[in-house]
Amino acid sequence: MELTVSDLAVGRGGVPVLAGLSFVLRPGAALVLRGPNGAGKTTLLRTVAGLQEPMAGTVRGAEDRVAYAAHADGLKAALSVAENLAFWASVFGQSDIEAALQAYDLAHLRHRRAGALSAGQKRRLGLARMSVTGRAIWVLDEPTVSLDAASVTLFADAVRAHLGDGGMALIATHIDLGLDADVLDVAPFRAAAGAMASVDEVFL
Amino acid sequence: MRALFLRDLALALRAGGGFGLGLAFFLIVVVLVPFSVGPEPALLARIAAGVLWLGALLACLLSLDRLLAVDFEDGALDLLATSPLPLEGIVAVKAAAHWVTTGLPLVLVAPVLGVLLNLPAAGYGVLVLSLGLGTPALSMIGAFGAALTVGIKRGGLLLSLLVLPLYVPTLIFGAEAARRAALGLEAGTPLLLLAGITAGVLACMPFAAGLVLRVNLR
Repeated sequence: MELTVSDLAVGRGGVPVLAGLSFVLRPGAALVLRGPNGAGKTTLLRTVAGLQEPMAGTVRGAEDRVAYAAHADGLKAALSVAENLAFWASVFGQSDIEAALQAYDLAHLRHRRAGALSAGQKRRLGLARMSVTGRAIWVLDEPTVSLDAASVTLFADAVRAHLGDGGMALIATHIDLGLDADVLDVAPFRAAAGAMASVDEVFL
Repeated sequence: MRALFLRDLALALRAGGGFGLGLAFFLIVVVLVPFSVGPEPALLARIAAGVLWLGALLACLLSLDRLLAVDFEDGALDLLATSPLPLEGIVAVKAAAHWVTTGLPLVLVAPVLGVLLNLPAAGYGVLVLSLGLGTPALSMIGAFGAALTVGIKRGGLLLSLLVLPLYVPTLIFGAEAARRAALGLEAGTPLLLLAGITAGVLACMPFAAGLVLRVNLR
């Protein structure tokens, strides 16, 4: 089933950021979001992931199908690479972490504490988490931060494999991943300033 | 759920997890009280139950601000919120893990520390029972407070202020049960009320905490 976003308006703390967004993401397709810093890419992704309510419009087909990767990887420094990954796998009702470790070249680091990894290795572990969720829609927020060129290739391969299995990906990124994906520039959808929603809405 | 519970236990027990902080605090309070009130066995015996309960409550409070804040700061809470686990369940599981790593050790060590405070022999059974019944409520109410203050930097102060009034009924009935037992009186009524409070808290608080957490994550 596809992910349908229609006439979506999103905001932060009651202030509208983007409005009038519509797109459809079909199985096997990826959509790359572009836009300057502060344009509202993260807010849009959080809304699609279900972390916040849309201010207007609808997101259909995302319920319980989204795996979300934020700026922070949610890794526990005291746990090893394999323990971190196994935890997320079991949270999502999966058990196999080997494929993900191989895909991101982390197999030789499996017993290393996550706190002792380099920034790029942490990011790879955070992205490997997506592969163990078994979810169809990957929502990725700046996934390539602190990755080197070789790791970006590993990541692009993983996304391609996911799309090949009928998955979907919604990626906010500034670099060219070499994916065969549609590009959506969010800048033209910037919401009119001053259209402040009721302050109480944050609490509803 | 089980994975989250086991992970929280593992994190608490590993280096830097803060296991033992509450226990050490409890130990320090109870050891220092006889020095501060003076060497009067009769006075100590009279205040022992109350001091043990107050010490346990404050020891519980000490580790609450990290209950959800750690997961919030490293982004794990956002990721958990998008996982199949309901937020209510996440908070309940984290409160349970907090109780096992903080409340349970306090319950187990309380009779040993009771000796230091000259707690009358008749009071030990009910002291352990009342702490065992009351501390789960402390962890669950604390988890609700942690959910309320999760996005706030240095939210520990606000958390304590919010949580303390909610702790009062548990403290009153828990300490009352232990005190009556130590005096050789019947302690059934305060124990039942304490159990009732805990049951009510465990039934309602996960939903309240899940709700405020959902608002705070926006």
